[in-house]
Amino acid sequence: MEDRKMSNKFSLITDGLVKNNPTFVLVLGICPTLATTTSAINGMEMGLATMFVLILSNIFISLIAPMVPDKVRIPTYIVVIATFVTLLQLLMQAFVPDVYATLGLFIPLIVVNCIVLGRAEAFANKNSVGDSALDGIGVGLGFTLSLTVIGIVREILGSGSVFGWKFVAGDGILAFVMAPGAFIVLGYLLVLFNKFLAKK
Amino acid sequence: MASKSSLKNMALCLSLVCLVCSALLAVTYAVTVEPIAAAAQAKTNATIAKVLPAFSGDPVLGTVEVEGTEYPYYKTDTGYAVMVTTSGFGGPLTVMVGVDNDGIIHNTAVLSHSETPGLGAKCGTDEKFIGQFRGFDPKAKKLVVKNDGGDVDAITASTITSRAYTLAVAVAVKASAVLNGSAAGSDAVTGASRPAEPAPAETVTDNGGQENE
Repeated sequence: MEDRKMSNKFSLITDGLVKNNPTFVLVLGICPTLATTTSAINGMEMGLATMFVLILSNIFISLIAPMVPDKVRIPTYIVVIATFVTLLQLLMQAFVPDVYATLGLFIPLIVVNCIVLGRAEAFANKNSVGDSALDGIGVGLGFTLSLTVIGIVREILGSGSVFGWKFVAGDGILAFVMAPGAFIVLGYLLVLFNKFLAKK
Repeated sequence: MASKSSLKNMALCLSLVCLVCSALLAVTYAVTVEPIAAAAQAKTNATIAKVLPAFSGDPVLGTVEVEGTEYPYYKTDTGYAVMVTTSGFGGPLTVMVGVDNDGIIHNTAVLSHSETPGLGAKCGTDEKFIGQFRGFDPKAKKLVVKNDGGDVDAITASTITSRAYTLAVAVAVKASAVLNGSAAGSDAVTGASRPAEPAPAETVTDNGGQENE
């Protein structure tokens, strides 16, 4: 592995945010994206939780990758990812029980989030530990940002509030809090994001 | 770069990874088991204080049987906080219901739920929904959602959650009636845990049944 220059290291992070944005470009991990973005804060917390797992699993997998036989690659990665997710679950229950209560059943689902396994397969198992960590940060930030943006839009339209701060009395357009609204918002944001990206 | 996929290598690799991972989890579990229990206890105590009028002394944990199912409850000098689990939309819904000594519901609170965020999950925060249980007199009004002919307004688009919540409250009211009935004779906790005396237990069920018709 040749030494990357400083700018390349930096681009590892920005790639995850823009060029490899997991939600708007790779369109991975759509299940938690649609399910947890009912409000800005929920989306952000889910993104951060995924980022935590992503960074740790990327580091660990890039460490063990040279020792892992090809045929048992996937089960090994899944065990590693599941371990970090359970770890996160225990830590959240212990130290931020309120956050755990809101995200509830979506935390265990990070195990099957294809972003985490996807980055392990596509990046961590052929790159250095440092680069893999940076990739985890970049993609994790990209995921967090995307989920927060979707959450903000859905919260504004669906509940008339932003980050829990209410500016419209009563309910918003309830459909946006439900699954159909998630698809609609994701679709429009995908279009906007890719239009902006194409121009650049 | 990866090592050869021989049976020996594969078994070795998987066993090693599993071993390291379980060790990691065991350590995390050992570190977090106490904070998790403490967090749960703190939450329970805060919830009891929320659902019952101000009480003195520590709440005492016990169990009460209603229609063949046992429910845990906390007894204080101002009433009972009964914990009831029913089936919500997304899974079990556990509600703590505070019933004061006159059989009036003081307040209710969600302990745990798996309801849809933004919809059923509002059963814990929607003031319009939980507010109506405050001071609810189960003898004067019907603890059933309006869709089913009762007096409880359901949360918009979350009838199943509302139904489960209301059912939990209704069960808690029955439980407290059982408890109040037995408390009249002797202490509730000892009365329930003394199977050698069938007579008071029978009266208890009778009272409970009549009060909840």
